[in-house]
Amino acid sequence: MSRKLLLEHINVPGIAGLDVYRQKGGYRAVEKALKTLTPDEVVEEVKKSGLRGRGGAGFPTGMKWSFLAKPEGVPRYLVCNADESEPGTFKDRYLMTHIPHALIEGMIVSSYALGAKASYIYVRGEMMPQIRILEKAIAEARNAGFLGKNILGTGYELELYVQPGGGAYICGEETALLESLEGKRGNPRIKPPFPAIAGLYGCPTVVNNVESIAATVPIINDGGEEYAKIGIGRSTGTKLISASGNLARPGVYEIELGLPVEEFIYSDEYCGGIANGKRLKATVAGGSSVPILPANLTLKLANGEPRLMSYESLSEGGFATGTMLGSGGFIAFDEDQCIVRNTWNFSRFYHHESCGQCSPCREGTGWLEKVLHRLEYGHGKMSDIDLLVDVARKIEGNTICPLGDAAAWPVGSAIRHFRDEFEWHVKEPVKSQTQNYGLADYAKPIEKTAEVKAAE
Amino acid sequence: MSDNKVKVTIDGITVEVENGTTILNAARQIGGDIVPPAMCYYSKLKGSGGKCRTCIVKVSKGSEKDPRPMPKLVASCRTTVMDGMEVQNITSPEVLEARAGVVEILLINHPLDCPICDQAGECDLQDLGYEHGLQKTRYEFERRTFERIDIGDKIQLHMNRCILCYRCVYTADQITDSRVHGVLNRGDHSEISTYIEQAIDNDFSGNVIDVCPVGALTDRTFRFKNRVWFTKPVDAHRNCPTCSGKVTLWYKGPDVLRVTARKDQFGEVEEFICNTCRFEKKSTSDWAIEEPTRISDTSVIAANHYETLRPLPVIRPNEELREANKKELEKTVKY
Amino acid sequence: MLKVEEHSPVEFSADLIGRFDEIIARYPGGKQKSALLPILHLVQAELGWLSTTAMDKVAAYLQIRPIEVYEVASFYTMYFLKPQGKFMLEVCRTGPCCLVGAEKILDHLETRLGVKEGEVTPDGLFSFRGVECLAACGYGPVLQIGPEYTFYENLTTESVDQLIEDLKKKS
Ligand SMILES: Cc1cc2nc3c(=O)[nH]c(=O)nc-3n(C[C@H](O)[C@H](O)[C@H](O)COP(=O)(O)O)c2cc1C
Ligand code: SF4
Ligand code: SF4
Ligand code: FES
Repeated sequence: MSRKLLLEHINVPGIAGLDVYRQKGGYRAVEKALKTLTPDEVVEEVKKSGLRGRGGAGFPTGMKWSFLAKPEGVPRYLVCNADESEPGTFKDRYLMTHIPHALIEGMIVSSYALGAKASYIYVRGEMMPQIRILEKAIAEARNAGFLGKNILGTGYELELYVQPGGGAYICGEETALLESLEGKRGNPRIKPPFPAIAGLYGCPTVVNNVESIAATVPIINDGGEEYAKIGIGRSTGTKLISASGNLARPGVYEIELGLPVEEFIYSDEYCGGIANGKRLKATVAGGSSVPILPANLTLKLANGEPRLMSYESLSEGGFATGTMLGSGGFIAFDEDQCIVRNTWNFSRFYHHESCGQCSPCREGTGWLEKVLHRLEYGHGKMSDIDLLVDVARKIEGNTICPLGDAAAWPVGSAIRHFRDEFEWHVKEPVKSQTQNYGLADYAKPIEKTAEVKAAE
Repeated sequence: MSDNKVKVTIDGITVEVENGTTILNAARQIGGDIVPPAMCYYSKLKGSGGKCRTCIVKVSKGSEKDPRPMPKLVASCRTTVMDGMEVQNITSPEVLEARAGVVEILLINHPLDCPICDQAGECDLQDLGYEHGLQKTRYEFERRTFERIDIGDKIQLHMNRCILCYRCVYTADQITDSRVHGVLNRGDHSEISTYIEQAIDNDFSGNVIDVCPVGALTDRTFRFKNRVWFTKPVDAHRNCPTCSGKVTLWYKGPDVLRVTARKDQFGEVEEFICNTCRFEKKSTSDWAIEEPTRISDTSVIAANHYETLRPLPVIRPNEELREANKKELEKTVKY
Repeated sequence: MLKVEEHSPVEFSADLIGRFDEIIARYPGGKQKSALLPILHLVQAELGWLSTTAMDKVAAYLQIRPIEVYEVASFYTMYFLKPQGKFMLEVCRTGPCCLVGAEKILDHLETRLGVKEGEVTPDGLFSFRGVECLAACGYGPVLQIGPEYTFYENLTTESVDQLIEDLKKKS
């Protein structure tokens, strides 16, 4: 069994309540940080841990914290991003439902490090049950003296509030989230200024994902250096992976970064293989925005080495043969799934979720969806495939926020790796309505090419 | 060089500007055809810009201190210059291609009803399409449509034509004392609306017509609707208690068809005018006439080539722009 | 253009206003607009949807312009700008759920309820619609029902039928 830092006690009955959580060592990190460390020392530990943002971008958390502006007399804010809406990702919901105090404890430690006196947890509106769970946990923590004025007699004061969203994926983008928290439409802001300088109400603000914040608890308990020993290379620590699609045992798993992808999919400790004895055709390894990979490139790098669950290994080969860890939303497709249909489905998602502020994304996402719809339903033309690539390219990199890129990448990568299947939809407009293209050679094992490379 | 001045080079032309100036405004100081087109930015409106993406440029050198190029094309209207920065606009094929992409995308849901649009001849989108657009659209789906609505008795909204630049929203926020219209819905369902048909009733509300880059907001009092290139613009003023009273009168023969604010060479109003001047003073006797309005060379009105579908003249000979316009030259039918 | 659906007067109870006040206290002075999203949720839970009259009242309470409320309410998908069935069944229709049969559930609801997406059954009890990813991909297909946003996971056509029967009895 690999080490669990966040989910170690997840199956202990009553762990959602304060008492059991404390019996299992909960709130030690608050005691340690507030009583024995200065805020800067907490930041230092997080830097040492090598923790990278778990919300998708993977930006080093400690470094982000050290960028926070600290002008005299201006409040600073910590805002937790619990808007979790990236298709394939459901780890934050899991954590908040089953072990809410892990987030509350992390919020206290992180707020202390940043010098925030009021912090907000922005939870997507659909998670009303989780909002109630968090509110209850906050009340418990406050009764126990972990929140409010003069926490544990240290003089530090903090209020924690839960804010519901209204139903909009784009509010996961940190500046759209801040707009939404200010009671506005979720239109991402044009940067600069970055939130570290002017965020919530124009004040310096840090936005972090639920899992990043919860991870500060074991980092403070065990020390940043201990945390950094787990994982591989610059991918330190453990990561929650949301596994969905055609897997025998979908769900949320805590892995040590560096676990081979093959082991994650097939071992009984994790997903237990593909459901119903079928074969794997493709995966989206980090949430819907990251490039889709055929089965063979999922399990192996282009040179035949095993691919690992880490920031570096998943992106090995760039977009030509790699993908990204993203938010850790791992979606598996079995041999009977249609890649064209899924690509259309994802592009409908981005079209629906575009905030509409900037023209390439507002108009381009709809265009992509319409062309993909036509292909999926057997009315497509061969030229549509290149048209899609071209429209995706015109959106990518030319928008205000990364949603434009997120809409373009799945389309570009699906055509890059599954072009045959797209062409088949054009050549066989009738057959493709009742049958699937199947596995083809998408799972054909990749041979080690290291020797060949060396000879070149 | 003084402390608060920085040097920036755009398409090979160097200029010294105030620290904090955007690339777009630096380019406007140089002038001519290296100025990126701006459909949403409006120098008089705080917070505007960044949305349409037509003004994108390439920063090939970040600054003297950090010469690395910027990884992506940037919106010149919202990117401030750094000392020693080097920018490529029309000298970068990458920029021209990306801009053509933005223009194509901006037009996919645009009705292209120029022949019946009041704005024809003074429409930024029309000019943009001419200068940077593609030969023909590759969009084969039904265009988005909305009903036309009257916002009170003075202004009409043709949402089909709107490019969601947000200028009218900022204008209402910043120039009038209460905003009743805004952007509703989201994504490509977004629309400018008042929710309930409500008159925009305010001394300065008429300015939304002038800031609109397309024919989405138009003057309902425009008498005997006419193609603007058949009308003759004349600068005039009056002693107005509410605004500066400096306007352009649009004549046909002896009749004043409509009144607008005066616009500068970048198509922005020089001074906002009040509704009385705009909607109620429609006879020559209301005004002191100055001189015929000078029309920007890039306007279709000046080009006078609208009917023959020739590309617009550029101010100085420029091979890159010629190249970019080549497709236009090959055009047979526009729509 | 959004049309006005109804002009019937709306009164917020003292209890509701009390909860509004509680929410406003979470933000620094002058930033009461931050309370807009949570307050709209409360109003919708009370009235079932957001009429213009209700939104105008919220605007007056928060001392903001009505258009600021309309802009927000029409941006977010959780707010209903017209009346819905008493139970709005929202089924996730995004990729991962479709891999495990979400489309079948949506088709089944259409046949079973005899109405199309977004319509209300004649008895006023049910509406359904497909919504985007609900962050429960590992338990799909899933659906949720407001205003409590109760979750139903690993749906089958049988479990959906059962759910509809239970809801009918409950009402
Ligand atoms: C369209 C879009 C959606 C996003 N959604 C989320 C989200 O649901 N949750 C999240 O934590 N981060 C999301 N992000 C990333 C955030 O912008 C931000 O990078 C993150 O919250 C930072 O926290 P971290 O450094 O702890 O990862 C999203 C980004 C984009 C562009
Ligand atoms: S890229 Fe899309 S979501 Fe992001 S600001 Fe532009 S329109 Fe909005
Ligand atoms: S109506 Fe005109 S000014 Fe207003 S957003 Fe649309 S295009 Fe811009
Ligand atoms: S003018 Fe710069 S993005 Fe529109």
